[in-house]
Amino acid sequence: MSTARDFDVAVIGGGLVGSAIAWGLAKVGQRVAVLDEGDIAFRASRGNFALVWVQSKGLGMPEYAGWTVRSSEAWGGFADALQTQTGIDVSHQRPGGFHLALSERELEQREQVLKRLHNQPAMQRYDWEIMDRERVRQALPQIGPEVVGASYCPLDGHVNSLRLFRALHTGMQQLGVTYLPNHAVDGIEHRNGEFIIRSAGGEVRSAKLVLAAGNGNARLGPMVGLDVPVRPQRGQIVVTEKAAPFLNYPVVTVRQTDEGGVMLGDSLEEAGFDPTVGTGVISMIADRAVRMFPQLARLNVVRSWAALRVMTKDGFPIYDHSATCPGAFVATCHSGVTLAANHALALAPLIAAGRLPSEQFEVFSARRFHVPAAA
Amino acid sequence: MFQRLPDAGDTTLSITVDGKPVTARAGDSVAATLLAAGIDHCRTTPVSGAPRAPYCMMGVCFECLMVIDGVGNRQGCLVPVRDGMAVEIQHGKRELAR
Repeated sequence: MSTARDFDVAVIGGGLVGSAIAWGLAKVGQRVAVLDEGDIAFRASRGNFALVWVQSKGLGMPEYAGWTVRSSEAWGGFADALQTQTGIDVSHQRPGGFHLALSERELEQREQVLKRLHNQPAMQRYDWEIMDRERVRQALPQIGPEVVGASYCPLDGHVNSLRLFRALHTGMQQLGVTYLPNHAVDGIEHRNGEFIIRSAGGEVRSAKLVLAAGNGNARLGPMVGLDVPVRPQRGQIVVTEKAAPFLNYPVVTVRQTDEGGVMLGDSLEEAGFDPTVGTGVISMIADRAVRMFPQLARLNVVRSWAALRVMTKDGFPIYDHSATCPGAFVATCHSGVTLAANHALALAPLIAAGRLPSEQFEVFSARRFHVPAAA
Repeated sequence: MFQRLPDAGDTTLSITVDGKPVTARAGDSVAATLLAAGIDHCRTTPVSGAPRAPYCMMGVCFECLMVIDGVGNRQGCLVPVRDGMAVEIQHGKRELAR
């Protein structure tokens, strides 16, 4: 067992959310420890689709749309900062993104959803449009005959999320963050203004605490007076062999990585903590992708996998601070890639200062789930 | 570098590699034909462009990817050679159209 160590902040969870926050905390001079589970952890950070995505987010919570736009705007500078510091190019690109429709009905539904989204009071204005088939074809000449149109948003983009994960870990450790793997947390006590964290790898003490353990936050939250109602939601992904670049834009379900492989995905399943892949969902994903881009049928599939999103009832993130254990925070979302820039550059400095301003963050509190259901 | 066993069959076939004639033996895989002909790489890698030659010869390592009869990324060690086959060294990533 290691001896007790003292830090300004202990971040529980070393995935994209935890490492982005730890990186941002270290940037503003905090002494930080990251307590991470072992390699058996459910790592959404290694299984995600790697979009930096804006369009369609925030129906029901316009503040979430604004938060997403802000991260999208910050992403370019964030990627540059990581590359300057670590030498790792996370291949951030922001050419705008498409959501393709395979029938007139799909296109109408798409337009209705986006209109409702943008008609919300307090919705931040940004560009988006519905394009007919001909306009889509000018941008994506390889579309198949079933594509009738698309929604397009110039704020959308994508990255190499595995390199992002590596850059954050390399970067935070260069900034002096103590990374503690195999430190699955068993218990947290708050005593005399200090957090005492018991873990598989020993005890760690800190003045502040950030829960960034994904689906693990549901278990950890109550230890510090936080309610974090999250559940796993499975997504499956298929990836092809590397091909010469042919897709100039990311599509919400199909994107070509900087290294040439084509990722196909975007399924949603309620399957508990079961990260297995099923041929039914995989074939549906492949079928829709080939209808969008018929030439994809020529490529060999080299891998498929499933990963577990961290999902709330309304699909929006939770950012909260504890009323009973001052200094304890929680950050959890299903868009750890898109929101990484915000977590590092906007959220971390607020945590370092000890407070999430309520005018901005009250809306993201889990207290929104405590309203009794209407009769 | 490689020599054929003395009891290798003597039925010869002709293929082309990047348009140049190469002699093969019946029963060869495409990868074996290239090695026997002294061709030192069958592809360059899609990310760094480094040259690669067949390695495991049993379908596992995917080093022997090449363009065979117009189809890219085929495992040369798993494809039996046929008379008249057109083989090309694969340069980097596979083209979607082939």
